[in-house]
Amino acid sequence: MRDTSPYYTVVSTTVSQVTGDGNDNQEVQIKMAKSVRRWEVFPGKNKFYCNGRIMMARQAGVFYLTCALIIITSGLFFAFDCVYLAQNVTPAIPAIGGALFIFVMATLLRTSFSDPGVIPRASAEEAAEMERQNEVANPNSPGTYRPPPRTKEVVIKGQVIKLKYCFTCKIFRPPRASHCSLCDNCVERFDHHCPWVGNCVGRRNYRYFYLFILSLSLLCIYIFACVLTNLILRAQDDNFLTAMKDSPASVIEALVCFFSIWSVVGLAGFHSYLTASELTTNEDIKGTFTAKRGQDNFNPFSKGSLLKNCLGVLCGPNPPSLLDRRGMVVPEPEPVSHVSVVQAEKDANAVSAHHEYYGSTQKTNNMGTNTVADRSVVVVNEESSPKKRDMISYQSPDGSINNKVPSVNGSGVIPAQNCIGKKNHIWDMTLNQLDYLGHRVNIYPASHGSVNYYRDPQEAPTRGELYVHSAGYPRSDDHQKYVLSRGVSADFPSVNY
Amino acid sequence: MDTQRSPHTKVFIQRDFSEGIPVKFQTRYPPELEGRVDRATYESTINTINEMFAEAESTGSRTYCESCFACLTAYLALMCMDTFYEKTLKKVRRYLEEQNQRIYMSRGVMIIDPAERGLRILEIDISSIDTPQR
Repeated sequence: MRDTSPYYTVVSTTVSQVTGDGNDNQEVQIKMAKSVRRWEVFPGKNKFYCNGRIMMARQAGVFYLTCALIIITSGLFFAFDCVYLAQNVTPAIPAIGGALFIFVMATLLRTSFSDPGVIPRASAEEAAEMERQNEVANPNSPGTYRPPPRTKEVVIKGQVIKLKYCFTCKIFRPPRASHCSLCDNCVERFDHHCPWVGNCVGRRNYRYFYLFILSLSLLCIYIFACVLTNLILRAQDDNFLTAMKDSPASVIEALVCFFSIWSVVGLAGFHSYLTASELTTNEDIKGTFTAKRGQDNFNPFSKGSLLKNCLGVLCGPNPPSLLDRRGMVVPEPEPVSHVSVVQAEKDANAVSAHHEYYGSTQKTNNMGTNTVADRSVVVVNEESSPKKRDMISYQSPDGSINNKVPSVNGSGVIPAQNCIGKKNHIWDMTLNQLDYLGHRVNIYPASHGSVNYYRDPQEAPTRGELYVHSAGYPRSDDHQKYVLSRGVSADFPSVNY
Repeated sequence: MDTQRSPHTKVFIQRDFSEGIPVKFQTRYPPELEGRVDRATYESTINTINEMFAEAESTGSRTYCESCFACLTAYLALMCMDTFYEKTLKKVRRYLEEQNQRIYMSRGVMIIDPAERGLRILEIDISSIDTPQR
């Protein structure tokens, strides 16, 4: 083995913190000049309209059905029954109906279009710090990486609440928050995901949701009563069948109302109970605060009396959205700067979540499963300043750049041999090669769930400090830093082959 | 772009959930600030932020009136007015800017507005170079 190989730096492109190179900064600046707003790079599964002002779940088909049912039924009511009733009974009937209808639609649209209280995901740095704290709290295995405990406990008014770690959002979920699998977001005071309103129901829109079903049940009962009145009044002149023939619209309305009343009123009743006892549907179904065997269990979030709870839900503070959807994306060490990058980041998250979930104890074989790393890892020679594209640039051994992943076959470990005696060439590296390199120089002593390697001048030293000691590797060189996403970092001045 | 070379330490102050969901940050003094900011100054800053959030999260007459008014207009009024909570967020931002300018920046410490981090954590950046960054 000769010591001719130049310094190799492992660079990831999943995190687009491009710094340290003038060209790269310019590239990013040009990209940013197109002014990407945050909603465009939002990692959850949501739809946005009106330049980020409106936020909904992706599948909103049932929401349009809800809208259509309400609008068509009310439209028929105003067009046919109201005309007759206003003439024969009182003009107050369409007035009250109109007010109710406007309120129902306003609350429905507000529920559907607003942010339910999504908790923004943690930045890479924050997640790493969290990991570190966990490892510190769990120091029984200093050399090896052991999956840290994934729950935290807090005491709220004497009640112990477990905070679970969310692998997607990389945060410990606050009390009462839950991850919505349909929207892929952690939502504060998560109630449920409601397909009928096409959105999650959470802390920010529960009030509107509750008022929506309350007013909708009133509207339903109101229309049903008016339609019956209409039919009965008409039947007084003639028999009931001719009355139905006279106004066929009333029959349709009566049928729609008759079938929806039960579910809507039932739901309104259920949510009235929840509101009065300051519970969420989620907690009620899971029975979080129901007394268990021999255990005193109570709801620490209840304000004491039914009235206070209702007032708290209906008239409490209006928490603002935490997402800043219409803010501009700034090329910061936040993994939000370009759509495709974030997509890659999402994949990476998914993969690493998977790995962590099943507990990586020793080196997991990532070949074949961790395609993200395959796609996004590129190895760059230190001497020719790292050309980092926005996403991926592969450079074949002869120096030509292409966008395709070069074939893995036949090059498993060969690049390492290729570089003997050669200077100043860049080659790409797929995961098994990285693995190979990793074992040759022992850069990762223990397991590594996902493999994201990045070299970031701003971040590396911090992480180096944080992790080098725990991993038992001395810091020697300042600009050669190998940082792995699992938090293991090692420095080595040269790699020998 | 010299700042990129200077390594930063970041301290993340976690939320204190002992009183439920309302936003409150832990008041424990982070040891990383030792020698830069004294305990009393730091604690007064954190306590002020916590008080501001506690006021926004409390159900006082102000929020009742605001909510009832919004409800009467079928929540259309919320489109054209800032809620009390949003005003508080702006107040916190202004307060932290002022504190950073007056106290922390000259000591190489910067407190990031918690709204930037989704109110989950309070991030404190500590620069390892001792020169003021102003």
